[in-house]
Amino acid sequence: MKQYLINTWQGLWTVLVGMKVTLKHIFVPSVTIQYPDVKPVLPERARNRLYVNMDDCIGCMQCSTACPVNCIEIETVKAIPSDGERITSNGKKKALWVTRFDIDIAKCCFCSLCTYPCPTECIKMTNVYEFSEFERENLIYSFASLTEKEIEEKQKNYNKFMEEKAAAKLAAAKAKAEAAAKKTEEEKANNNSNDKPEDKTK
Amino acid sequence: MYEFLQNITGNQIVAYFIAAALPLFLFILPYALLAVLAERKVSAHMQDRLGPMRVGYHGILQTLADILKLIQKEDIIPAAADKKLFISAPYLIFMSSFAVFAVIPFSSFFIGSSIDIGLFYIIAISGFVVAGILMGSWASNNKYSLLGGMRSAAQIVSYEIPTAIIVLTMVMLTGSLNLKTITEQQTDFFWNWNIFGGADAGISKIVLIPLMIAAFIIIFISMLAEVNRTPFDIAEAESELVSGFHTEYSGMRFAMFFLAEYANMLAVSLIISALFFGGYNSPFGYLGNSLGVHWLIPIEQIFWFTLKGITFVFLQMVLRWTLPRLRVDQLMTVCWKYLIPYSVAILLIVGFITVL
Repeated sequence: MKQYLINTWQGLWTVLVGMKVTLKHIFVPSVTIQYPDVKPVLPERARNRLYVNMDDCIGCMQCSTACPVNCIEIETVKAIPSDGERITSNGKKKALWVTRFDIDIAKCCFCSLCTYPCPTECIKMTNVYEFSEFERENLIYSFASLTEKEIEEKQKNYNKFMEEKAAAKLAAAKAKAEAAAKKTEEEKANNNSNDKPEDKTK
Repeated sequence: MYEFLQNITGNQIVAYFIAAALPLFLFILPYALLAVLAERKVSAHMQDRLGPMRVGYHGILQTLADILKLIQKEDIIPAAADKKLFISAPYLIFMSSFAVFAVIPFSSFFIGSSIDIGLFYIIAISGFVVAGILMGSWASNNKYSLLGGMRSAAQIVSYEIPTAIIVLTMVMLTGSLNLKTITEQQTDFFWNWNIFGGADAGISKIVLIPLMIAAFIIIFISMLAEVNRTPFDIAEAESELVSGFHTEYSGMRFAMFFLAEYANMLAVSLIISALFFGGYNSPFGYLGNSLGVHWLIPIEQIFWFTLKGITFVFLQMVLRWTLPRLRVDQLMTVCWKYLIPYSVAILLIVGFITVL
């Protein structure tokens, strides 16, 4: 009988205690973030979409080498002296034209390993994380700023430069060879004339 | 109300229809829409969430949008279902849960039907819900539905006993089955309410107060069980039985079950407030009386009655989000081992007091 009354009392009392907790929580401000309207503050080093500042890229391919999933593809053409000296914001020389800089963000594993080796800090993680697409092709981001025509021109320029250089080299080599031949001939002549005195010294 | 309408329209049948439809469309349907939203908001805030926020200011139009969606949905009837029973079950439940409102006095001026067997009618009609639930669950031809229906039937049938005993106690105390008469006995100030021992002053009042509080707790628990709400929602038990007896229902038929549940909540709250908390009576007297504006009194009465009803609905919501679901054996233990002995004891003691 005593146990029965205790049970009754405890049943009612514990319900009241529980209700007190629930009622208290009505006045606790909610923790919900109204997502599309209000966005959560991301941590300082959050890793999201990659961005490349092409003005600073020197085309060194260190990011593409570092990438564990090979999602960065870079093609470059060497710059020729007549293009002028181009310098990045932190004072590095840009010796290459970057003709292709594609990041397949669908492959990207957001490891951020590409951002660390970059000598000019031009590839970096941004705060953008809403970039879903309907077509997978749209997830391949091309950062290269040159147009196709420009790329062709740069390629042509480079080839021409190289041809000229090769020609110059050839000419130089020829000249050198000629010079060398001349020299050897002269030397021979000299040697012939100097044979005796040498022997004398011995 | 009915006489008033008959005077206006000059036609008995038209007056009947208006008197029957008015509380439904004016009061209960808007209430159900609001209560569904309130349930979601209250539960959300209890769990430190926000609840629906997108439709309208802080999601006020959410239920409206949901109803629109449910109307557009395909009305699926399972191939193996018993078609006639399957179709008629939601109407039966909807009808019986809304029929309860016929005898509830919303104000001294506004009662659907002031019949002398009001309380008896309420118990009879709310027992009718069991038939609807069993029909729906059996006709769905689904294991989960059937399990839910059986549990629900067992639950409602057993919890009707403490409810009926407490109602009987109140009938003995007030000497009437008519809810309007019971309410009129508790006029003037709040110490005349039945929870504070009724209108009779004297020693009996002091003895009655603890008994009445106990009776109120018992009838609240057992009526909570009768409307199948948590912690007594083993009939629905969404984590065990999908959603119990209305698993196979979709679209508007599902919405009818849903609205019936909320209408039931309000009906139960209103019955409890009419029996124990003075019904439509104001606890402090009326503004209309003191200002001499007599047409204000019925409006104030509706306000107080709604306030009391909504308070109990809110209490039910708080309970729902506080307590976990009872096991079937615990459910039966609470009913047969605790509620019924206590209610019988209250019945006997109150009977003794009223005889004296």
